[in-house]
Amino acid sequence: MKKYLPIIGMEIHIELKTASKMFCSCKNDPFFAKKPNIYTCPVCLGLPGALPVPNKKAIDWTLMFGLALNCQINKFSKFDRKHYFYPDLPKGYQISQYDLPFCYDGKINTSEGAIRIRRIHLEEDTGKLIHSTINGKKVTLIDFNRSGVPLVEIVTEPDIHSPSQAKEYAKKLYQIIRYLDISDADMEKGQMRLEANISLTIDKSVLPNYKVELKNINSFRFLEKAIEIEIKRQEEILETGKTPVQETRGYNAEKNITYSQRSKEDAADYRYFPEPDIPPIKITENWLLQIKNQLPKNYDQLLDDWSKKYHLDKNLASLLFETSSQANWLEELFTYGQKQNIDISKLVNFLANKKLQVTLYRDDYEKIISSFKQATTVANVSDEELNKAVDEALKTNPQAVADYKNGKKNALNFLLGQTMKILKKRLDPSLVIKKIVEKIG
Amino acid sequence: MLNTLTLKKALTLLEKKEISLDDLYHDLWKVYEEKNQLLNVYLSVDKDALKKAKENENKPLKGIPIAVKDNFLTVGLPTTASSKVLDGYLPQYESTVTKKIKEAGGVVFGKTNMDAWAHGSSTETSDYGPTKNPRNPKFLPGGSSGGSAAAVASDMAIASLGTETAGSIRQPAAWCGVVGLKPTYGRVSRYGIIAMGSSLDSPGPITKTVEDSAILLNIIAGKDKKDATTSEKEVPDYTLALKKDIKNFKIGIVYIDHPQIKSTLAAQKTLEAGKLFEKLGAKVDLISTSKNLEKDKVLSHEHAIAVYTIVQRAEVSSNLARYDGIRYSNPRKYFGHEAKNRIMLGIFGLSNFLQQEELVYKTAQKVRALYIKNFKQLFSKYDLLISPTSPSFALPLGATSGDPMFGELQDMLVEPSSLAGICGISVPMYKDAKTNLYLGLNIMADYFQEEKLITAANIYELNNKI
Repeated sequence: MKKYLPIIGMEIHIELKTASKMFCSCKNDPFFAKKPNIYTCPVCLGLPGALPVPNKKAIDWTLMFGLALNCQINKFSKFDRKHYFYPDLPKGYQISQYDLPFCYDGKINTSEGAIRIRRIHLEEDTGKLIHSTINGKKVTLIDFNRSGVPLVEIVTEPDIHSPSQAKEYAKKLYQIIRYLDISDADMEKGQMRLEANISLTIDKSVLPNYKVELKNINSFRFLEKAIEIEIKRQEEILETGKTPVQETRGYNAEKNITYSQRSKEDAADYRYFPEPDIPPIKITENWLLQIKNQLPKNYDQLLDDWSKKYHLDKNLASLLFETSSQANWLEELFTYGQKQNIDISKLVNFLANKKLQVTLYRDDYEKIISSFKQATTVANVSDEELNKAVDEALKTNPQAVADYKNGKKNALNFLLGQTMKILKKRLDPSLVIKKIVEKIG
Repeated sequence: MLNTLTLKKALTLLEKKEISLDDLYHDLWKVYEEKNQLLNVYLSVDKDALKKAKENENKPLKGIPIAVKDNFLTVGLPTTASSKVLDGYLPQYESTVTKKIKEAGGVVFGKTNMDAWAHGSSTETSDYGPTKNPRNPKFLPGGSSGGSAAAVASDMAIASLGTETAGSIRQPAAWCGVVGLKPTYGRVSRYGIIAMGSSLDSPGPITKTVEDSAILLNIIAGKDKKDATTSEKEVPDYTLALKKDIKNFKIGIVYIDHPQIKSTLAAQKTLEAGKLFEKLGAKVDLISTSKNLEKDKVLSHEHAIAVYTIVQRAEVSSNLARYDGIRYSNPRKYFGHEAKNRIMLGIFGLSNFLQQEELVYKTAQKVRALYIKNFKQLFSKYDLLISPTSPSFALPLGATSGDPMFGELQDMLVEPSSLAGICGISVPMYKDAKTNLYLGLNIMADYFQEEKLITAANIYELNNKI
């Protein structure tokens, strides 16, 4: 079989968690709404005569997100109308952004290379269709609680070349938006939606003449699996000399297959034109400066800095926080610990492995550091004392000794525990293990 | 007959308690019973109007009955924009303009007939039958605010509200022999008004006198948090402009050298209006609006028709998309011929199925920007521009049939100003003794210079003996 290179671009939609919706003052909380259609008004219901007024916070956050992804900002931006008929779209058009998105030309680094961000734009979410049966009759109901929720769309260049890189990218986007604390990006609640455009090529310098859009993916793991299976499917088609059909496909996680949803031979004509109800938006230097001042340290930079300063494991550290305010809290904890000559990398290790019975962001620094000290302080022991204790442990536990000799490394931990039990002391495990191995020979 | 009073007069007499609301509404209902069936002015009326009026007699508008075009959303009265698609639609909320009128003590007496969706200049495209011109019922009232203009002309209201996208206030005001003021785009909120051309729509008063327009504009103008396109600019007291004179005003006469206009009575009367302004102390120039493309192309109303048609149809096709047959009275097949025409033309302008280099819509917007530039230049030299409002007197009933561009030809003299978004007013200019029909003078001013319009129109009204 020929060697195919996957060409993957991603489009990810994320709902912002502003207090109110994008173009009206209705509450933005569709997932937890107690009933359908309670967070609605003339604007998000698209009633005659209603007019949209943009949510400044949502624009601020989009700009902030763009800056966090190293994007350029369009100083002159606008909203546009994107037309299509669907029952969950009450105006017959979606207010989105066409040729002047707030952010463009950004970048996200992954372990498999950098991915260019083509654009980030802001738009409104649609309502939701609910298919149900009432009095034995099949009906479709519309819930407009979600209609008008601010939605950012992040579009990459086709720079992704493997399922694992796609997963890493999506995860990173998730981490960054949660770090900025502007969305919960909970995929189960529909707050983050993943789409991948996939095609294969042999010649790296030529983009394929087709692409398949993959939708309905609701976890990072499924994203990786769905792309894997889709690549395989396309390879098989290409091997027969055919070209895969340009279409939208869904992913069925249970069967681990992708399936055709609709063909997409021509680009849809959305008849975009500038939204006349919203004047163009000028993003002044002053405005941008305010956003920059609110912008926390770059996520990657933060972990790099910590790694240099504290020699800690970046992956472990990243498990400890999500938002930038949590990161700030940790930073202060580290500073506090360092003053007390604590090895921060070990602290991080203990915290990440949940070996300390503490609550992050709630317990005070002193309590955390003292628990850490307690857990890690080792008692002094003389060589003679240790020799005696290890001998006794080996003698009373011949089965464990035999197990170890048969290659069961776990047996060592058991013998380590037994030795400490005999001495009734917390010892440096490496010292004890060294002695045990020495004695068993 | 108290219904014949002007707004100013009625307010004064009510203030002095020389007349009562009971008598005023009695006379109003009487003329309504007499004339509405024939003229077809109102689509719905508020039977409780008098009761509401009495609750408001201590407020500035003192319970005065106002006729409102049927595209303003009014709680309690059906709002259809004269289209069967919205047949019987009862709004869930109130438009900002009618809310302001109600808060000031005005009463929405009824909703007036209009061209369906405001598409037209005749009121003949209404799904509820045409309105007839009260000055002569064999003729059209103009449109799209034909019902509102006719309500005032027939004394079925003390004053009224209309909306103009291009000509829809001024042209029916001219044909019905009343005053119609189209404010600067963004001066008056569009919130709660069924959208036609969103980048053009301007609500405004239609009244018996210029003074009455100034009084109503004082109430309805201003920033609305619910309409992002309204201006923060402070609202002056427009009635103060009534006391000013036009000495040192520079006035330019435009459009009357066009071959189609040149020999009309409207052109002649506009020249006479210029002379009158001159006599009253203004400096008046005749501005050539030749078709010379190199020099003056953006002033040409012919190009304005093309640009306006494309822009407005595009916005119409978008604005009417929400009437998808799911949530409103009737499905899309209830759209009339005119609406369907406009939707299709609008979609054409926004679609690239011909693979043009540039969307028709985009080209039109570029030319529109030139109009704006051109007006700015003109207003750096002139305080006001004047032209006829419409090239002709009201046309007979039925004149629109089979002419898809009817409205555009009627409105060609006001379309350039609408595209630019500047303000204008139509005042009665001449009355034909035989037909009893009117011509209107269109006065235009720069952005947010409504005061100049009011000053000049008021002086003209007082001095032009019809």
